[in-house]
Amino acid sequence: MADLEAALSVALQGAKGPGALVPVLQRLQGELGYLPGPALEEVARRLGIPPARVFGVATFYSQFSLKPKGKHLVRVCLGTACHVRGAPQILAELSRQLEVGEDGLSRDGLVSLEEVRCLGACALGPVVVVDGEYWGRMTPAKVTQLVRALRERGKGEA
Amino acid sequence: MERLVKLRIDGQEVEVPEGTTVLEAAEAAGIEIPHLCHHPELSPVALCRLCLVEVDGRLLTSCNTPVRAGMEVRTATERVKRLRRLVLELILSDHPLDCLTCERNGSCELQRYAYEFGIEENRFVGPDHARRELPPREDNPFIRYEPGKCILCARCIRVCDEVQDRHVLDFAFRGFSTQVVTFLERPLTETDCELCGQCVAVCPTGALTEKERRFKGREWELERVETVCPFCGCGCRITLHLKGGRIVKVSGGYRGFRLCVKGRFGLTFVHREDRLKVPLIREGDGFREASWDEALGYVAERLLEIKEKYGPDAIAGLASAKCTNEENYLFQKLIRAAIGTNNVDHCARLCHAPTVAGLVAAFGSGAMTNSIDEILDADCILVTGSNTTEAHPIVAQEIRRAVRRGGTLIVVDPRRIELAELAHFHLRQRPGTDVAWINGFCHLILEEGLWDEEFVRERCENFEEFARAVERYTPEYVEEITGIPAALLREAARAFGRAQRGMIFYSMGLTQHTSGTDNVLAIANLALLTGNVGRRSTGVNPLRGQNNVQGACDLAALPNVLPGYQKLSDREVRGKFEAAWGVKLPEKPGLTVVEMFQAALAGEVRGMLIMGENPMVSDPDISHVAEALEKLEFLAVIDIFPNETTRFADVILPAASFAEKDGTFTSTERRVQRLRRALDPPGEARPDWEILCELSTRLGYPMSYRHPGEIMDEIASLTPIYGGISYRRLEGEGLQWPCPSPDHPGTPFLHKDRFPRGKGRFHAVEFREPAELPDAEYPLILTTGRVLWHFHSRTMTGRVEGLHELVPEAYVEINPADAGGLGIRDGERVRVSSRRGSIELVAKVTERVPQGTVFIPFHFGDQAANVLTNPALDPVSKIPEYKACAVRVEPIER
Ligand code: SF4
Ligand code: SF4
Ligand code: SF4
Ligand code: FES
Ligand code: FES
Repeated sequence: MADLEAALSVALQGAKGPGALVPVLQRLQGELGYLPGPALEEVARRLGIPPARVFGVATFYSQFSLKPKGKHLVRVCLGTACHVRGAPQILAELSRQLEVGEDGLSRDGLVSLEEVRCLGACALGPVVVVDGEYWGRMTPAKVTQLVRALRERGKGEA
Repeated sequence: MERLVKLRIDGQEVEVPEGTTVLEAAEAAGIEIPHLCHHPELSPVALCRLCLVEVDGRLLTSCNTPVRAGMEVRTATERVKRLRRLVLELILSDHPLDCLTCERNGSCELQRYAYEFGIEENRFVGPDHARRELPPREDNPFIRYEPGKCILCARCIRVCDEVQDRHVLDFAFRGFSTQVVTFLERPLTETDCELCGQCVAVCPTGALTEKERRFKGREWELERVETVCPFCGCGCRITLHLKGGRIVKVSGGYRGFRLCVKGRFGLTFVHREDRLKVPLIREGDGFREASWDEALGYVAERLLEIKEKYGPDAIAGLASAKCTNEENYLFQKLIRAAIGTNNVDHCARLCHAPTVAGLVAAFGSGAMTNSIDEILDADCILVTGSNTTEAHPIVAQEIRRAVRRGGTLIVVDPRRIELAELAHFHLRQRPGTDVAWINGFCHLILEEGLWDEEFVRERCENFEEFARAVERYTPEYVEEITGIPAALLREAARAFGRAQRGMIFYSMGLTQHTSGTDNVLAIANLALLTGNVGRRSTGVNPLRGQNNVQGACDLAALPNVLPGYQKLSDREVRGKFEAAWGVKLPEKPGLTVVEMFQAALAGEVRGMLIMGENPMVSDPDISHVAEALEKLEFLAVIDIFPNETTRFADVILPAASFAEKDGTFTSTERRVQRLRRALDPPGEARPDWEILCELSTRLGYPMSYRHPGEIMDEIASLTPIYGGISYRRLEGEGLQWPCPSPDHPGTPFLHKDRFPRGKGRFHAVEFREPAELPDAEYPLILTTGRVLWHFHSRTMTGRVEGLHELVPEAYVEINPADAGGLGIRDGERVRVSSRRGSIELVAKVTERVPQGTVFIPFHFGDQAANVLTNPALDPVSKIPEYKACAVRVEPIER
C-alpha cells in the first residue's frame, strides 16, 4: 500500500515515544479514514510500543475505528425489547439487502451496519438509527424503504 | 545499607526497609490485607482497590503506598471494611457465578474473598451482561481465556511485560467489553508469545486456565507431588497435580511460578499409548514380548558370553543425562564392577566434554561456577554460543531482567538469536573462530589496563605465557579471522573489562568444535584476567542442556573418572572404591561415545548396553552410527519409548519415566534436587535403577537397594562433593554441591577463596581453523541447534500434540543473499548435502543467519541434521564438531 506509507509518514512526523501515540493515531485516521491493522503494527514498531498496547489504545477511544467506515451509519438495536419484537429479522434483512460483509460494511461501501444494545426507545421497538435519525416499529417492508432512501441519498452526494 | 522505617499498623509497631509498601509491611507483621491485583513479583498498579486501608485518617490503596516514618495505618476500621465489601460487590456484579463448573473452584482468589466477606447475593447487577457473554478464546494449543471471569487486574499483562518480556497482552475495548487481548486479537501463536503460561500461573481467577485440565478435576480432588522438570538443565522444581493417575496440571517453577512451555504443558508425554510396557526380545525382523525374568536373563547371558570370548573391553555402555543420579551411579558401577571395563560414557561428550576438560585445567572443577539467582545483579553479561531463550528459558528470563535493570548485554553468536535483539553489542563471528575473538577481548583489556591486576597476582599462575600469546590478537587481526568489525570488538571488550560483576554464559556453540577445549580455556582466561571468578554474580557459566547432564557427569558416567571427578589413575581413589565395591577395578580409561561407535565398526566393541539415550539422532554422522549398531553382536536398550535406536536392539527393556520413580537430578547450577514418584509405571515398566540392580545381580555382581535413598547414601560415602547430601536434607530447595558434610549448607558459587587446583591457571591458546572449511563444492557453513518448543531428539516433546504442531518438521535457515543466489524461495523444499550425506527440508529465508551460514535444528529424527555433521574430534575432549561443517544447499527439481 503506497498510501499507507505516505499516511504513516504524515502521522508519525516529529512523533517520538509512547506519549505520542494518541495524536499519531488521530492523524493516521485523518489520513486513511480508519486504522488498518498493518498501519497499527508499523506505528507500534516505529514508536517502540508493544503492538498489543497500540491495539488497546485504538480500541479504547470511541473516536478510533479499526474498520473502514461507510458514509452512513446504520445501527440496529438488539436490546431485549427490540429482540422480542423481531429485531434479529430486521438485522438479517438489512444485511441481505445492503450486502453487508464480515467487516460490517455494505458491498458498495456506502453503509456501516452495527448492532447496539437498548437505545432507550423500547416502546418504538424494533428500532433502527440511521445517522442519528430514529426509525421505529421496523418491518421488512420498511427495511426496503430505508435501503432505497439510503441509496437515493448516496446518489445525490455522488 | 538500606534504611529502616518505623510505623504503626493497627497499633502494632513495625520496622521495615525504606521503599516497602504498606501492604508488604502489614504482611511482614502478620496482618493480612485482602488484595487482587497485587502480586509480590510484579509492579503495583492499584487497579482493584480491594487493599484499601486508612492512613492517618485518609483512604489509600496499600499495595502502591510506600511506608513513611511515623505512619499510622489502620487496616480494619468499619469504613475500610464497608468500602472493601463494596469494591468486591462491584467486581462480582460483573462476574458469572459459574463456580460450580469452574476449574479454579477452590483456588480462586475472588471466590475466597467473596466467601470471607460473606457476600451471598448481589446488590448490583450490571445493566448489561456483555462481559459474561463474551466468548472464550482458545485459539492456541494450551491456554484458555474466558473474558467473563476476568476481573481486569492486569497481572497477566504485567507478568508478560515484566517477567517474560514478551509484551503480548494488553487491555482492549472499553466498558463491559474490556478484556485482555493480543494485537488485533490474533491467536497467541501468531504473536511473540512463548506459551510459557506465566499469565495462567498468576491469574487470580478462572479467566486464564490450562486447556488441558478442563473438566479433568477440581482443585480439591487433585493430588500434588513435588518433583523436578525432566527437560532442561534449569532444573525447575514443579508440582504435578494429578487425578486418577493422570497429570492434570503443572505448577511451581522458578520463584514459585515461572516455567517454560515444555515444563508447564509438555509433560503429558508420560501418558502416551506408545510407551514401552513389556520387555521385548528380537525375533526375526520384529520383537516378541517376554517376561522380565527371561529378558534380563538373556541380556546377562549374552553380555557374559561376549565378555568371556573377547574380554570386558568388548562391551560398552551409554548412560543417560535423562536418568537420575542414582541410576547413573549404578550404571557406571555395573559397567566397571560387574563387567570390568571403563567403557562408559553418555551424551555429555557431545555437549560439554570440553567444559569439563577446559575448566578442570583452568580452575580444577568443570561445572557452572555461579547460580541462576545471581544473574539479576550482574552488571555485564556475555552470552556466547548459547541460544539461551530456547535452550535455557529461565536463565534467559533472568538475563532479560538484568538487562532491563541496566545491565549491559554482549551477545557473540553468528545467528541473530532472540537475546541479540536486546543486546547492547551483537558480535557475529564466522563459526569456528571463537579463540580469536576471545583472545582479542583479552588483548584489548590488557592494552587498556582494564584487567584485575591484584586478582591475577594473588590467585592465578602462568599469566606471562598467556599475555604473550594474546599479543598478536589485535582487533584488526581478529577482524580478519572472525569478520567482527574491529571497532565493535573494541567497544564490547571495553564494556566487559569495565564491569564490576561480569558474568559469562556459554553453551554448545562454544564447545561443539574441534577447538572446543581451547575455546573453554580462552573463556576461562577472560574471566581470570578480569577477576570475574569467585564472587557473586560473576563466573564462567556453561549451561548444561539436559536436565541431569550435570549429575551424569558428577556420578562418573564418564570413561576416565570415578564419581565426583575422582581420578581413575589415582591409586588411593581406586583403592577406596575397590574396598567399597569389593572388586578389582580396571585402570585403563575407557572409550568415549564416538570412539565406541568407531570401535564397534572395527569389531572391537561387540556388545552394548544403552540406557535412555538416542544416539541415532543425537550423534554426529548418523549413517556411521547405524552401521556400527548394525554390526554389534548384541545390543540391549533401556528406554521409555521406541525410538530410532531401539530399532537396532536385541532386547528392549521398558523403563519408568521421571514421574514414575524416585531419585535426584542435578541442575546446571549444581543443585541436587529430589524427584518423586507420582504415578505407577505403565504395564510392566520398571525404574531404571531396579532394572540395573536385577541385571547386575544376574551378571554375577549382586546389587540390592530398597530405595534410591540408599543409593544416595552410598554415593555420599564415596564422593566428597556429594558427601553431605542425603534425602532427608533434600526437602524443599535441594543442595548445591560441593556439599562435603552433613552440616554444610551447599555452595551457590565456586572458587571463593581458592581454586580446587590451588591457583587459577592461564593457558596460552591459539586460533585453529575448523576441521572442515567451505569450498567450491560445499560453499556454506552449517551450524545446528535447538528450538524452544522441542527437546533433544523429541522422544518426549514430539509426543505432545500441542508442541508437535508448533514446529512439526525440520527446516533450514538461510540468509536472503545466499537464497537469492541459489534461486531458493522462502518455504520451498531444498536439499542440504555435506560430504557425509544429504537431507531434504523446507527453507526459511531469514536474516537470523548471516550470509555464508545456514542453521538446522537437530531435533528431528527423520530429517536429522546429524546426517550432515562432521565427526572430527577435539583432540583433548573428543567432542565432535557439530557447530561447523561445510554444506551445499540446492533447490529440489520441480
Ligand atoms: S504465555 Fe507467556 S508469553 Fe504468552 S502471553 Fe502468557 S505470559 Fe506472555
Ligand atoms: S485474565 Fe486473569 S490475570 Fe489477566 S486481567 Fe483477567 S483476571 Fe487478571
Ligand atoms: S524445560 Fe527447563 S526451563 Fe522449562 S520448565 Fe523444564 S527445567 Fe524449567
Ligand atoms: S431494547 Fe431496543 S430500544 Fe430498548
Ligand atoms: S491490591 Fe491494591 S489495588 Fe489491587
